[in-house]
Amino acid sequence: MTDPIYKTDALIAEDIDAYLEAHQHKTMLRFITCGSVDDGKSTLIGRLLYDSKMIFEDQLATLEADSKRVGTQGGNIDFALLVDGLAAEREQGITIDVAYRFFATEKRKFIVADTPGHEQYTRNMVTGASTADLAVILIDARKGVLTQTRRHSYLVQLLGIKNVVLAVNKMDLVDYDQAKYDAIIEDYTNFARTIGIQEFVPIPISGLAGDNITSRSDAMPWYTGPALLPHLEEVEVNNTAEQEQPFSMPVQWVNRPNLDFRGFAGMVATGTIRPGDAVRVLPSGKTSEVARIVNFDGDRDLAVAGESITLTLKDEIDCSRGQVIVAAQAPLEVADQFETTIVWMDEHEMVPGRAYWLKIGTQTVSATVQHPKYEVNVNTQEHLAAKTLDLNAIGVANITTDREIPFAAYTENRDLGGFILIDKITNATVAAGMIHFALRRSTNVHWQATDITRDDHAAMKNQKPAVVWLTGLSGSGKSTIGNILEKKLARMNRHTFLLDGDNVRHGLNKDLGFTEADRIENIRRVGEVAKLMTDAGLIVITAFISPFRSERDMVRSMMQPGEFVEVFVDTPLEVAEERDVKGLYAKARSGQLKNFTGIDSPYEAPANAEIRIDTTAMTAEQAADAIIARLIP
Amino acid sequence: MTQKTLTHLQRLEAESIHILREVVAEAENPVMLYSVGKDSAVMLHLAKKAFYPAPPPFPLLHVDTTWKFQDMYKLRDKAAADAGMELLVYQNPEAVERGINPFDHGSLHTDMWKTEGLKQALDKYGFDVAFGGARRDEEKSRAKERVFSFRSANHRWDPKNQRPELWHLYNARKSKGESVRVFPISNWTELDIWQYIHLEGIEIVPLYFSEPRPTVIRDGLMLMVDDNRFPLKDGEEPVMRSVRFRTLGCYPLTGAVESTAKTLPEVIQEMLLTTTSERQGRAIDHDQAASMEKKKQEGYF
Repeated sequence: MTDPIYKTDALIAEDIDAYLEAHQHKTMLRFITCGSVDDGKSTLIGRLLYDSKMIFEDQLATLEADSKRVGTQGGNIDFALLVDGLAAEREQGITIDVAYRFFATEKRKFIVADTPGHEQYTRNMVTGASTADLAVILIDARKGVLTQTRRHSYLVQLLGIKNVVLAVNKMDLVDYDQAKYDAIIEDYTNFARTIGIQEFVPIPISGLAGDNITSRSDAMPWYTGPALLPHLEEVEVNNTAEQEQPFSMPVQWVNRPNLDFRGFAGMVATGTIRPGDAVRVLPSGKTSEVARIVNFDGDRDLAVAGESITLTLKDEIDCSRGQVIVAAQAPLEVADQFETTIVWMDEHEMVPGRAYWLKIGTQTVSATVQHPKYEVNVNTQEHLAAKTLDLNAIGVANITTDREIPFAAYTENRDLGGFILIDKITNATVAAGMIHFALRRSTNVHWQATDITRDDHAAMKNQKPAVVWLTGLSGSGKSTIGNILEKKLARMNRHTFLLDGDNVRHGLNKDLGFTEADRIENIRRVGEVAKLMTDAGLIVITAFISPFRSERDMVRSMMQPGEFVEVFVDTPLEVAEERDVKGLYAKARSGQLKNFTGIDSPYEAPANAEIRIDTTAMTAEQAADAIIARLIP
Repeated sequence: MTQKTLTHLQRLEAESIHILREVVAEAENPVMLYSVGKDSAVMLHLAKKAFYPAPPPFPLLHVDTTWKFQDMYKLRDKAAADAGMELLVYQNPEAVERGINPFDHGSLHTDMWKTEGLKQALDKYGFDVAFGGARRDEEKSRAKERVFSFRSANHRWDPKNQRPELWHLYNARKSKGESVRVFPISNWTELDIWQYIHLEGIEIVPLYFSEPRPTVIRDGLMLMVDDNRFPLKDGEEPVMRSVRFRTLGCYPLTGAVESTAKTLPEVIQEMLLTTTSERQGRAIDHDQAASMEKKKQEGYF
């Protein structure tokens, strides 16, 4: 074992004040280590913690005891145990997905994102890499460039990590052979070029024996580059690239302690800012000038990317959370349709057409993902055809948001180009995404303002437009009720239109089947048609099973407030199946009909429907009357 | 163009302030758990910075066990007043009634005052998000906990079902009945905390500095006889020793270390030269390696 050079600084004992002064100017490096268990990743991290004196005596005592008991190094210290946790802990079934480790040297503080390799690898590595300044890709010197190496490198490149270290580990097991090392480097260089990694720093190491970790190893005199830790200490991570770009800051919080003060708080994403700088608020486009950079310890004259600050502006302009303050002469693009790369992170696969929450910067909007253009095989980087994305799948797909948002390409601005998708029902974070560019369509298709407004249409018909949305199982009585309802309304001189599930599938939606994705598209189109009809002033009645809560909510959100009336036609499955007017339940039970709601496809009952019709206690006539009572009070 | 290199403390500070603001923007009724220790002191200081010139727009909550050091109660009230924040103190009424104490009731003491007390307090006030001053370097179960950590309606933590956290994006959406614990100083280490206290001149409890204090040694821990509720065993006699504390909790459960460090630089010096980890002085962790993990699943902060 080489003697660690990172001994406790003599200054600590001799002159603590000088030590503290020096250490206030330390920088920080966040990095991720990529490799599977066999590559010696845990051993390397354990070694870094140990050599930088981050292990205390009581922890060392535990480590020594554990090494003897469960270690894999024949009673010698097993550094891997420092990070892998104890066997007992693993037996409890606690999954370690991303763990963060900390150590510091005299020059830097380090945060290591540690993502043990297992089946969840893509999701965990993407998470760890999203905040990393640097990646250490580990290769076993005996095995060379493997499929895993390619996968790790692809993900590192995908997340835009510019600093890459290729650590060729276990050199002790190949007799510190330079030829073997050179061959691996050549092999990797060829591959790296194909995925767009232009530069990387190769270092031959042994995590176990401590070669080229803290200092250059005598065992490899042929290697003249830096040892790993000195490289991590010296590598440039000053956020120069971010600072050189024009100023941008998503507004996180508007600080209004009293009427005389209005501060805009946020973390600077790119660039620098000074009092007097001209700025623009997006998406409104209003301009002003920075008055002050307000700070707890007195106003500041400069703030840079990565700092959390509070600005005041010279003019009283509208600006709220989610908007972005940018340099006036360099505004960001604003759009509502994008091409993106999506990393799916949830056990439930992506549902094209479904609305998810999209959080980008400090803004959360509703967004739908279209069918993937292709999926990327993370091991070979081949493009594959795909209908959806499963857990850990990566693909390219277009996304449409429900309003225009300021954004930047991810490669230029991580904070305004990276986003997450959130399931509207479970609230789980289901995906991470990176914007490539806005689709031209969104900048070229403009909304045509019309002179006769929807209010005019409604006034001419002397009625208030509405969508009566009947939802329930097949055979629950939706069409029957809808039909009676329309007749009664017609008798009352109301202008109506009934959209029926079966009828629409003969024309408008002829191309759709009954998969989850097709059902969602079916409902989306019906929603759009119903919306046009309410613009024309009609009372629209729809009769669709519409089994998923999120799609019904999507349609609700398309309509004007109060115009969407959800009617839950509540018939127990046994009763609907008993009726089986169209003989469909029998077919579904016998397996001839797939994806049938209530049998092998779920029905999500409305939680807060405006009206609930209990068909076991009410006739269709009574149901129609109940709806009219609500519609025309 | 002007360039500026951010130091590690500046980057940590910016991240913590970002987290604090994100919660205030998205939560309905947030609260900051305030334990009066050095980590709480840093977290409170960051909150003051995040919302300056306004006071932090949430109250402080102290889940009290009635067994804290007297010096802690003094600083608690002063710190809240200085920050212009409301201070809520909660004591589990059942624990009050049954006179639960660390001498007679063992682990029930922590369970009833802290674990149960916290659940009751959050339910009573309907807080949906609680800031806590835990750090990932404290022990293994913290290292893998998210910054935004969700709890079920009965306050349980499910380590297998955590949301991925990418970039600076935190998903704060919660389902009905769920609540969130948010740890703004997750990525700080003990040394970062001390350096920041030094740099920013943050006031901390005098117990962190060495003084002659009355102590007895029991079960390998050096305990301070902070008031006359401390039941002395036969032959036990408090001895004045020059001691200080590396962490603070209930005085009968917190071990002191002998020390001569009277100033902050001296404390940091001692910390850097020491060879045992911070939590060693806490009785709660001694049972087994995974004890914190279990306690957290049950609802301990």
